Amino acid sequence: MKYYDKLVFELSQPGRTAFSLPENRFPSAGKLPSALCRGEAPSLPQVSEPDVVRHYTNLSQMNFGVDSGFYPLGSCTMKYNPKINEEVASLPGFAGLHPLMGEKSATGAVKVYEELEKELAEITGMDRFTFAPCAGAHGELTGLMIMRQYHLSRGDSGRTKVIVPDSAHGTNPASAAVCGLEVVQVKSLENGRIDVEALKPLLDSSVAGIMMTNPNTLGLFETQIKTIAELVHGVGGLLYYDGANMNPLMGVVRPGDMGFDIMHLNLHKTFSTPHGGGGPGSGPVGVKAYLAPCLKEIKVSGFQGNFAVMLRALAYLLSLGKQHIREVGQYSTLNANYIKECLKDVYLLPIEGVCKHEFVFDGLINDGAKEGVPGASTLDVAKRLLDYGFHAPTIYFPLLFHQALMIEPTETESKETMDAFISVMRKIAAEAAEDPALLHDAPHNTPITRPDETTAARNPVLIHPQ
Amino acid sequence: MSKILEGVKYSPTHEWVKIEGNVAIIGVSDFAQEEMGDITYVDLPEEGDKLVAGEEFGALESVKASSDLIAPVSGTVIEVNTALEDEPEKVNEDAFAAWIIKVELSDTSDLDDLLDAAAYKALIEK
Amino acid sequence: MARSPYIPHTDADISAMLEKIGVKDLDALYSDVPQEFLRKEPCDLPDALSEQEIREYFACLAAQNANLKVFVGQGAYDHYTPSVIPYLTSRSEFITAYTPYQCEISQGTLRYIFEYQSMICRLTGLDISNASLYDGATAAAEAMMMLIACTRKKTTVLLSEALLPQVREVVKTYAKFHGVKIGFIPADGGETSLDALKEALHSGEVAGAIVPSVNRFGIVENHEGFAQALHDAGALLVEYCDPSALAVVKSPAEWDADIAVGDGQPLGLPLSYGGPYVGFMAVKKDHMRKMPGRIVGQTTDKEGRRVFVLTLQAREQHIRREKATSNICSNESLMALWATIYLSLMGPEGLVKLNEICSDGAHYLKEELLKTGLFEDLFPAKPFLKEFVLKTSVEGLQAKLEKAGFFAALPTEEGYVSFCVTEKRSKEETDLLVKAVKEA
Repeated sequence: MKYYDKLVFELSQPGRTAFSLPENRFPSAGKLPSALCRGEAPSLPQVSEPDVVRHYTNLSQMNFGVDSGFYPLGSCTMKYNPKINEEVASLPGFAGLHPLMGEKSATGAVKVYEELEKELAEITGMDRFTFAPCAGAHGELTGLMIMRQYHLSRGDSGRTKVIVPDSAHGTNPASAAVCGLEVVQVKSLENGRIDVEALKPLLDSSVAGIMMTNPNTLGLFETQIKTIAELVHGVGGLLYYDGANMNPLMGVVRPGDMGFDIMHLNLHKTFSTPHGGGGPGSGPVGVKAYLAPCLKEIKVSGFQGNFAVMLRALAYLLSLGKQHIREVGQYSTLNANYIKECLKDVYLLPIEGVCKHEFVFDGLINDGAKEGVPGASTLDVAKRLLDYGFHAPTIYFPLLFHQALMIEPTETESKETMDAFISVMRKIAAEAAEDPALLHDAPHNTPITRPDETTAARNPVLIHPQ
Repeated sequence: MSKILEGVKYSPTHEWVKIEGNVAIIGVSDFAQEEMGDITYVDLPEEGDKLVAGEEFGALESVKASSDLIAPVSGTVIEVNTALEDEPEKVNEDAFAAWIIKVELSDTSDLDDLLDAAAYKALIEK
Repeated sequence: MARSPYIPHTDADISAMLEKIGVKDLDALYSDVPQEFLRKEPCDLPDALSEQEIREYFACLAAQNANLKVFVGQGAYDHYTPSVIPYLTSRSEFITAYTPYQCEISQGTLRYIFEYQSMICRLTGLDISNASLYDGATAAAEAMMMLIACTRKKTTVLLSEALLPQVREVVKTYAKFHGVKIGFIPADGGETSLDALKEALHSGEVAGAIVPSVNRFGIVENHEGFAQALHDAGALLVEYCDPSALAVVKSPAEWDADIAVGDGQPLGLPLSYGGPYVGFMAVKKDHMRKMPGRIVGQTTDKEGRRVFVLTLQAREQHIRREKATSNICSNESLMALWATIYLSLMGPEGLVKLNEICSDGAHYLKEELLKTGLFEDLFPAKPFLKEFVLKTSVEGLQAKLEKAGFFAALPTEEGYVSFCVTEKRSKEETDLLVKAVKEA
C-alpha cells in the first residue's frame, strides 16, 4: 500500500466539469421565486472524469479488504463475498425497480422475498421474517419493538426490563435503551457462560425478555440454554437471539429449537454479503408464528429494506443448498478450534474447551515486560499483524477480559492461510518476549503510522474547509 | 502513584469534594484521570441543575472510554468550570486544580458518607 | 461429493486439523451442544445450484418484473447513475472492507467518508455531518431522538403532515417505543403551516419540529419564520431535504435550521426496490456531541502526515452502551461513497443543470396533463421542481397507465395523484405518457 494524500476538493479547478447530461428539450419553466432560491450553488469539486477515477482508485489502494487478505475479525464473520452475488444485485430488472410499485409489477422481487423468507425460516426455526431492518443493530431494535408490542398488545404494560449478559455486544444495551427498556445485566460464570443462579433473582413480571447470542461473544455455547429458556418463559418473558454469531450453527442447530422467540440475522456476516466498509448491511428479524401479527405494526425503514443485499444473500443460499449449508457451520467451527489449539501455548486462553466459530485470548502469555519497559499489549499485537499483511482481530471486546483478542477465521479460509497466520502470531509473540518496544511502534509497513487520536477527539476537524 | 490530597473528601466513585461553607467544590481524583488516560471531553451540567447524591451529573470522555461523573452530594449547581469545555486536558494536568462544578448543598448529611484521604488511599490500593 | 466452491478444505486438511485439535470428527466439535438441539435431518432447502443456474434463476425472476417508465418519486427518484460509480464502488478494496477501525489500512474508506461529510455540509450549509445513516426515514427518527436529547425535559416532537408518509410512520414507530410524544402540523394549501406550528409551541413541551424542504406534494416550502418561532420556544428546527434539490433551493442553514436530514438516494443511487439507500444528517456545531452515528476526523500520524480516523467515539453504543443517544453501530458506507463520487462528477454546475432539466420536464408534463381536462391543479400558485400532485376524475389511473408501460399517477393518502419527471425521462416519453393518459 502506498500513501496518497489528496482529497477530491484539492483537485478542483474552476470551470472543469465531469457531468454528462442529455440536452434539455423541454420548454423553460423559469426559475424558482428568489425567496426560495439558494444564495449560491454549493461548493462541490470541479473535476474531470479521469480525475475522479484516478482519485478514488488511489484511495482504494490504501484499503484492506477480504479480497486482499485474511480478516480474522471476531464477531464480524468476514467471509468471502461471492462475485456472482454482485452480478445478481446489479441486474437492471431489479436495480430499476421503484419501491412503491405494486406487487403485480414487481412479481420477481416479491418471489425473492418469499424464497428468502422460506429458506431463512428453515435454517433458523423461526416462522416469519421482516426484511425492513438495514443492519444488525437495526434488527435488534426492531426485535425489541416486537417484544414490547407483544406485551403491550396483551395489556401487559409493566414489562420494562430486558436482561442482557455482561458479555453482550454493545449494541444490545443501546438498542434496549432506544426501545425504552431498562437494561439489567446478568453476569457470566468463570466458564464464560451465563450464571443461571444469578439470573433467577432477576426474573419477575417486570421482565420483557432476555437478549442472548448463542454461541456467546466468547465463542462458547450456552449449555444451559434450555434451563434459561424455561426460566424466562416461566415468568412470561421472551427470548431474543442476536444473530451475529449464527455462522457456526448453520445447518447444525436452530435458534428456534432452543426456545428463542425473536431473532435477527446479519446477512452481511452469515450470508456472505459484503461489508462495504461499514454498510450497507441487512438485519432481517424472524419471529415465531404467534408474534407475526406484531410485525405489521412496526415500520422501521422507508421501504422494504435493503433489497439488493437480500438478492446477494439469496444467491448465496442457492449456491449452498441442502448439500453445503452444514459445511458453513462445521468448517467455521473447525477453523476456529484449529487456530486456538495452535496458539494457546503463547497466547493466554482463559477458558479451555471446544469453541464454536470464534474464541478469545486474553493477551500474550509472555508480554516481555521488564523493569521500566511496559509489555506488549493486545493493541500492539494487533498493530504488528498489519505489518505482516493480516487484518487485526477484534480487540478489547468482550469486556470480560482486559487484553481480549477475539479471533474468527470463518469457513472460507484455507489451512495454508491459517498456518501462515499462526506462524506470524507466534513470531509476534517471540518479538514481544524479546523486544516489546518494536511492537509499541507498530505498524511499520503500512501507508501511515499510528495516528494522534487524542487531538482528533479534543479538537475535531470533521470537514474540509471551503 | 496517584496523588491524594489531604483535607478534601472522596467518593468511592473517584470524585473529590472540598467544602467551603455551604458550598461543595467537586472534581475527579488524580487516580480517576490516570485510569481514563487522555481526557478529550468533559460533559458538564448546567448552572441551576439539581443534583442527587449517587446520580450522574456529567461524564468524562477519552478516545476509547466514557465514564459517568457521579454526584457525591445533593444540591444545586451554582457554578460550572466552562474552561474545561475547550481544555479538557486540564483534568490530566492537575486533577485537583481542575474543579468541575460548585454545588450549594441541600443536605450536609451526605458528607458523612464520603471518605477521607486515608480511607480513599486504602480503596484505590485494594 | 465436492464441497461448496467457497470452502477450501481438502480431506487431508480436515484430518490434520482434527488431529491437532484432538477430536475424532467434525461432530465432536459440537459435543457441548445438548443432543436434543442438534439437527438430525439435513436442512429442507433446495438442491445446491451451480453458478450458471444461479445466473439463470435471477435473470428469470428479473424478467418477471414489469419494465415500466418511472414517473413517480415520493421518496425514491429515478435519476441517472454515471457508469463511473458502479465501476469504482465495486473495487474489492472498497466493497469487501470492514468498518475502518484499523485506520492504518483503511485510509481509503476514511478519506471518502471525510469527503462525504464535507460535501453534506456544503450542501446543507451546516457545520458537522456524520458518516451516514440507514435511510432518510431512519435519519428523521434519529433526529427525533436527538431533539429530545438536546433539549432536556421536553417531551414532544412535531412532524409536518407534508412529510412523506413513510418518514412519518418510521418516526412514529421509534417515538412510540422511545417514549416521545408526536404532534402533527397540518399542511394547509399544500405547505406546512407556520400558524399551526406557532399554536403547537404554546404547550412549552416541544423539543423541535421536522419539516420538509421540498414536500411530498413536490412543493418547495417557504420556511421564513419557522426557526425563529421554534428557537423562541427553546425548540429546534429540523429540515428534511432532497440533497439533489439543495443545489437550487434555500439550504437548511439559510433557513437557520439546527439539523438537516434526508435520503441520499437521489444522488445517483439505483432504485433497487427500496435499498440500499443512505440517510444523511448534518447539524450545527453546538449539537455535535449529541449527533448519532460514526464520524471521521482529520489528525496526524507519528510522522506528521495528514491522516483520518474514526473520532468522537465516546458518544457511541460500543462505549456508552445503554447511555448512548442511538444504537446505530454502522453506516451505509458504500452508498456514501456512491453519493460522494456522484457529487464529484456532477459538480455545482451539473447539479444545477440537472435540477433545471427535471423542473422543466415536470412543468411541461403538468401543463400537458392539465390541457387534457382530466385534472385539477390544487396548488396553482405553489412553486415546485421535479414532482407535483393533481386531482383527477379518472378512476384507477395508475393501473391503466401501468398497462401502457408507465409507473405514474401514484395516489397520495388524500387521493391526489403524484407525478415526477427526472432527467432520465425524454420529451418523447413524456408525450407518450400524456397520450396514454388521454386514452385511459
